[in-house]
Amino acid sequence: MQIKDIQKEKRLSGKMKLALLIFIFLATAPLYMSSFRVTMLGKYMCFALIALGIDMIWGYTGILSLGHGVYFGLGAYCMAMHLKLEASDGALPDFMAWSAVEKLPAFWAPFQSSAFTLFSIVLIPVIFAAVIGSLTFLNRIKGVFFCILSQALAFALATFMIGRQEYFGGSNGLTNFTTLFGHAVNDPVTKTVLFYLTLISLIAAFALCMKIVNSRAGRVLVATRDAENRLRFTGYSPAVYKVFVYCLSAALAGIAGALYVPQVGIISPTDINIAPSTEMVIWVAVGGKSTLVGAILGALVVNFAKSLVSEQFPAVWQFFIGALFIAVILFFPAGLISIKDLPAKIRSFIKKRADTGEAEDKKQAGTNAKAKSDNGLFSNKKPVTVTSVKVSKGDGQ
Amino acid sequence: MDLILMQLFNGLSVSSILLLAALGLAITFGLMGIINMAHGEFIMIGAYTAYVVQNVWKSVFPESSSDIYFLLEMIAAFFVTAIVGLILERLIIRHLYGRALDSLLVTWGISLVLQQAVRSIFGPANVSVSAPAFLDKNIQVTGMFAMSGKRLFILALAVVCCTLIALMMYKTKQGRNIRAAMQNRDMAASLGVNTAKCDMITFAVGSGFAGIAGCAITFLGPIGPTIGQSYIVDAFMTVVVGGVGKIIGCITGATIIGVGGPTFEFFTSASLGKVMIFIVVIIILQFKPKGIFSMHSRALDD
Amino acid sequence: MGVATPVLEIKNASITFGNFRAVKNVSTTVYENEVRFLIGPNGAGKTTLLDAICGKNKLSDGNIIYHNEGEEYDLQKIKENKIVNIGVGRKFQAPSVFTGLTIFENMELAVVRERDVFSSLRSRLKKREIEDIKHQLQFVGLYEMKDEYPTVLSHGQKQWLEIAMLCVSKPKLMLLDEPVAGMGRRETQRTAELLRIIQNNCTIIVVEHDMQFVKEVATLVTVLHDGELLCEGTMDEVSSNQQVIDVYLGRGGE
Repeated sequence: MQIKDIQKEKRLSGKMKLALLIFIFLATAPLYMSSFRVTMLGKYMCFALIALGIDMIWGYTGILSLGHGVYFGLGAYCMAMHLKLEASDGALPDFMAWSAVEKLPAFWAPFQSSAFTLFSIVLIPVIFAAVIGSLTFLNRIKGVFFCILSQALAFALATFMIGRQEYFGGSNGLTNFTTLFGHAVNDPVTKTVLFYLTLISLIAAFALCMKIVNSRAGRVLVATRDAENRLRFTGYSPAVYKVFVYCLSAALAGIAGALYVPQVGIISPTDINIAPSTEMVIWVAVGGKSTLVGAILGALVVNFAKSLVSEQFPAVWQFFIGALFIAVILFFPAGLISIKDLPAKIRSFIKKRADTGEAEDKKQAGTNAKAKSDNGLFSNKKPVTVTSVKVSKGDGQ
Repeated sequence: MDLILMQLFNGLSVSSILLLAALGLAITFGLMGIINMAHGEFIMIGAYTAYVVQNVWKSVFPESSSDIYFLLEMIAAFFVTAIVGLILERLIIRHLYGRALDSLLVTWGISLVLQQAVRSIFGPANVSVSAPAFLDKNIQVTGMFAMSGKRLFILALAVVCCTLIALMMYKTKQGRNIRAAMQNRDMAASLGVNTAKCDMITFAVGSGFAGIAGCAITFLGPIGPTIGQSYIVDAFMTVVVGGVGKIIGCITGATIIGVGGPTFEFFTSASLGKVMIFIVVIIILQFKPKGIFSMHSRALDD
Repeated sequence: MGVATPVLEIKNASITFGNFRAVKNVSTTVYENEVRFLIGPNGAGKTTLLDAICGKNKLSDGNIIYHNEGEEYDLQKIKENKIVNIGVGRKFQAPSVFTGLTIFENMELAVVRERDVFSSLRSRLKKREIEDIKHQLQFVGLYEMKDEYPTVLSHGQKQWLEIAMLCVSKPKLMLLDEPVAGMGRRETQRTAELLRIIQNNCTIIVVEHDMQFVKEVATLVTVLHDGELLCEGTMDEVSSNQQVIDVYLGRGGE
């Protein structure tokens, strides 16, 4: 017990230091950054919040959701509906008038209340996630089947929002906000408050996830990822844990969406569709999955890179993010968090390539051509498995 | 009544395209455990190949009024996408065997790169390919219900391709090897089946059929760099509903998604149609969590 | 046996996969503190029967009644994880442990009784539970490695870890599928010893091909062949049964 705790303590403190560093950087950013950059940082922190949730379900529990834009969108739209109502001040929101809607739809009415809105940004994503989660996990729909469904979900919701011009502003989304709970959204003070509110949410979410991961529940999640059936026959219900963690990540995404809207000033179906939803996963992969601080780091770094690259060369960004997907998953699944291992990884990969090449040479020369090339395939497979095991080891934090 | 028939017929032609796209997806998933998100981009490459062939043909034989080049388009679409598929398989995909979730993300990256590459080469605007003139005719069945020649052709194309794949899988030695590797890769390998070669061939052929699907799409309307994206979700839903590893599953899935989608859209609206089809798929999976036609397995963790 | 209390009653159990009848009309009763072996050639339906007891398969006919502390449970109607929680533990043929958790953490998940989300979020291990884990790991010789990940374990050691996990969860009825496969003679001996200890407060059903091992531990042996119950009795009775020799033992126990 003691030896283990000391080891854990050490590993933990490395990551905690990094987390602390990131939070200090974020907290002091308004002191030396332009307000334009600070607003961007606020946006990235919202993304980091989503990344935390995705890391919980993907990194720890092994569920890959490609539709988290849905939960982000639900939170964001709830907030945006409230802002829209504030902006129109009793009248119909502008886009409804354009679509010849005559009176406020019934489901918009409750969003006039700030309290209801604040509840809804968490509750609506959670309820939605609970329904989707129960329908899938309880019936053992898992792995890629779930992936594809989650993606279809994002697609369906985005299509729905685009089609419902009169209720949700169609493909333009909801924009032109003026005030947030009575404070002008463009006011520097409001902006600063929002920035720190996002930071506090991020830190709180980080602490919460940390607590869960270090509890026995966290170990059950890892067990779900590694051997779901063994867990079931150890007396746990993997589906219930999955629904729980899925709802948690939906709640985080919902909060992120709600914080995003007043800072960025617009939410549209483009932000919740398949492409952004899939991009959310790569943030976690780049930072290092199964490490919470990695998720935050990844979200910040990738989005910062995105801003830099697409400001300069918009067309290059898609090549860049595409290549990032390929490179990170293929060559560096442990992510930025273990960057010090990168040179060794590359060396072993080159060596592996050389070995495979050798196997293929033998295949051409040898008489047992078939058997050899298959050996090549499997020897090819093994190092990959080993790296993935290493990744999962890191999650003991 | 005629309207319903019309809807059904149009749905079937959508099914045909989905079927062409889903066949490759289902087989590569069954064989290699690879979820290929770039499959939609193979459709797109097939479509652009058709576009290039048409332009080349028209510049080389400006006088020709013959439509025969559309056959050339099909063949070129098949081979170009098959070769692209082959290259990707050798370079990237083969490192991902059995890692379905990882393969999904990597191939998503590939799809982004391919999209942007095409956008850089051909421009972001949609381009159009003219279908051969003889397909422009409609066949009048009843007063209101006419079958468009193009859609009929696509339907026939799907039947032919499906038969070809079935023949390849069930009548050739290579097909038997592929099925063996699908059911038990290690066992097949130790019996002397060259599984690496199976993977290559399957991936290339699967990609090639996506190319043909792409070529077929050009008959229906203009194409753009993101054309693949609009089909990929439905193609995946087809695989999910139908189950992995059986052609009959693909056909069933494609029919449900292809006919169901447009029908729902017809009775409600385009935006609600997608939601409805999603709900239908979820309901089907409640009873068949691995698709309607799935393979049984005794393993504890599969 | 007359005074002993039954733990598990299998009544006319049949299991069908499509057109294939894997288990045909099998009935037997297992009593408290018994070590019952299921033997028979491959494909006899042994594992399938275990699967049905622990809820992995459904019976197509018949039923399985489990008794615990005066309660009667129809296992057909209970979900797998609930079956575990009423005291039926299962070890599968291929060892399966949680590779992302240390050996100690593997044991931790097995030792606790409250397995719902909220208990898992809040509770910590009790002193007694830590003692249990320590004792159990020491017995199977894995205590020194308790903070390692199971990936370093040999096949036999993984089997032991899994058995240790089962033991520490204190089931009333333990289902073991080939527990000594991949173990050497010495390890097998140790497993036999372990089973004899467990036997004192637990009933055990084992599927095994190692006849030496069966001889050492079995109270009663049930022979299955082609999904049917061929005969049942002590190892001596069974091994002198001509039918059993013909289909199984005579063929070297496969």
